Amino acid sequence: MRSDPVVQVRALVKRYGEKTAVDGLDLTARAGVTAVLGPNGAGKTTTIETCEGYRKPDEGTVRVLGLDPIREATALRPRIGVMLQSGGVYSGARADEMLRHVAKLHAHPLDVDALIERLGLGSCGRTTYRRLSGGQQQRLALAMAVVGRPELVFLDEPTAGLDPQARRATWDLVRDLRADGVSVILTTHYMDEAEQLADDVAIIDAGRVIARGTPEELCRGGAENTLGFTGRPALDVASLLKALPADSTAVELTPGVYRVTGKVDPQLLATVTSWCAQHGVMPDRISVERHTLEDVFLELTGKELRS
Amino acid sequence: MTTGTYTPRPGAASLPRMIAAQAALETKMLLRNGEQLLLTIVIPTLLLVLFGSVDIVDTGEGKAVDFLAPGILALAVMSTAFTGQAIATGFERRYGVLKRLAVSPLPRWGLMTAKTLSVLVTEVLQVVLLTVIAFAMGWSPQGNPVAVLLLLILGTAAFSGLGLLMAGTLKAEATLAAANLVFLLLLVGGGVVVPLDKFPDAAQSVLGLLPIAALSDGLRDVLQHGAGMPWGDLGILAVWAVLGLGAAARFFRWE
Repeated sequence: MRSDPVVQVRALVKRYGEKTAVDGLDLTARAGVTAVLGPNGAGKTTTIETCEGYRKPDEGTVRVLGLDPIREATALRPRIGVMLQSGGVYSGARADEMLRHVAKLHAHPLDVDALIERLGLGSCGRTTYRRLSGGQQQRLALAMAVVGRPELVFLDEPTAGLDPQARRATWDLVRDLRADGVSVILTTHYMDEAEQLADDVAIIDAGRVIARGTPEELCRGGAENTLGFTGRPALDVASLLKALPADSTAVELTPGVYRVTGKVDPQLLATVTSWCAQHGVMPDRISVERHTLEDVFLELTGKELRS
Repeated sequence: MTTGTYTPRPGAASLPRMIAAQAALETKMLLRNGEQLLLTIVIPTLLLVLFGSVDIVDTGEGKAVDFLAPGILALAVMSTAFTGQAIATGFERRYGVLKRLAVSPLPRWGLMTAKTLSVLVTEVLQVVLLTVIAFAMGWSPQGNPVAVLLLLILGTAAFSGLGLLMAGTLKAEATLAAANLVFLLLLVGGGVVVPLDKFPDAAQSVLGLLPIAALSDGLRDVLQHGAGMPWGDLGILAVWAVLGLGAAARFFRWE
C-alpha cells in the first residue's frame, strides 16, 4: 500500500495577481487517506485544483499518479474522481440522471442504483438539481466523484454544512473506499474529520505546509498530555516520579488530586496504576487528556479569527 | 454493498459513446427548459402563423408564406445556435458544469462536438415542424436543397461561434440579457419578417452584412426565387463563422 506517492507536490507557487495563494508548498501523499487541513484562505483549494489540472503552477512541479495534471490530462482524467466544493451539475438535471451520465463517460462504472441507495439519493426522485437540498447536492457530487471507479479521489470539503447523519454516511463511504484500495485526498477544516479518516494529515497555513504526520504523531507533538487521578491525600509523589520515565512530572494539585504529565501512553498508565497497587492506593477518577488535532491546529495556526 | 465494490477499475468510455451520451443529455436539458422552448419553438411558430395569415407587413408580390418561411427558418437557426446555446452554456459555466466536465474523461473538443450535435438535433426538429406548418399554409419552395443545407450549416457555425464567444466571456446574467436583446434586434432588423428594402439604403448595406440577414436572404434567394448557389451570402456567413469560432476558441473561459 505505502509505495509510490499518489500525489507529489514540490515547491508549488501559485499567485493570483498580487496575492500569493500558495507559497512554496511541498506535499507528498501516499496511498490511503490524506487530509489537507487549514483555515480559510490557507491555499487548500488552490493546491487541490492544481493537482486536478485546473491551475497551472507559477513555479514548482505537481505529479498525480506520476503524471503531469495538465500535459498528461488525457491519461490522468479517467483515473481520478473529483468532488468540487459546489456546483458541477446542470440545474435542470435530476440526481440520478446526472449520476448515470457521469457513469456513461467511464468504461467500468459502479452500479448506479446501488450507489444512489447507498448515499440516500433515492428520495430525490424527479426533483431537479437546483431544488435539491444542500446536503443532497453534496452527496450527489460525492457520488459523481466515485462512480467511475477511480484510483484516486479528490474531495474538497466533502462534509461542509452536512447534518450529522449525512456526515457519517460520507465518512463511511470514505472508509470503504480506503478499504478497497482507493486513495483519497480531502480538504477539511473539521479536525474530527481528519482524526477519524486520515492516515496522514498536512496542516496548511498561508500557502505552506506547517506540520504533517499521522494524527497520532501530530497530537503527540505538543507533549502536554496529562493523566489525572484522585486518591488519599499526601501520597509520596517523589516515589511515584521515580517510577515514571525521565521527562515526566507528577504533582498533587490539591489534597488528593494528582496530575502526571509526559508522554501519556498505555505504558505510562500501567506504571501509575501498578505504583498505586504497590502503595495500596485505589486511584479514583483516572482520566487521560490527550491533545486533539484541534489543539494542535489552533496552536500552529493561531487562535485569532481570520478574514 | 460488499467489500471490493470500489476496487479501482478506471477507464474512459469510447469517444463515440461519451459524445453521444453528452449530446443526448444536452438535448434533453434544452427540451426540458421552458424558456428555451419558447425561444426555439413557440416564437418561430407563432411568427410564421401570425405574419403568414394576417397582412401586417408588406412582403412583396407572391404568397406571404413564400417570403416568410425562409426567414423563419433562419430565425430558428439563430434561436438555437446563438441565443439558446449562449444562455445554456453561460449558465453551465456559472454553475460549474463546464468545470466538472473538464476533469471527466470527455475531452473539451468532445464536449463542443456534443453541443454542436445537440444544436443540430434541435434544428432538425425545428425545421421539420416549421416546414410542416409552412406547407399547410400553402408554401411552395423551389431551388437546390444542397444550397439550403449549406446555408443552414454555415449559419449554424456562424451563430454558434458568436453564442459561445458571449457565453465564455460574459457573466451568465449578462449573457442572458444580451442574447435575448440581440435576438430581438436581429429579428426586426435582419430581414426575418421585415424585408430589408423597407430600411433606408445606408442601413440596408450595413444590415445586409449581419449573419441573420445573410442567412435569411440566402434562403429566400434559393427557396423563394429558385436561385443557384448564393455565394455572396455563403461568403458572409463563412467570414462570421471563422471570426466567431476563432474568437470563441481564443477567449472562452471555462470558469
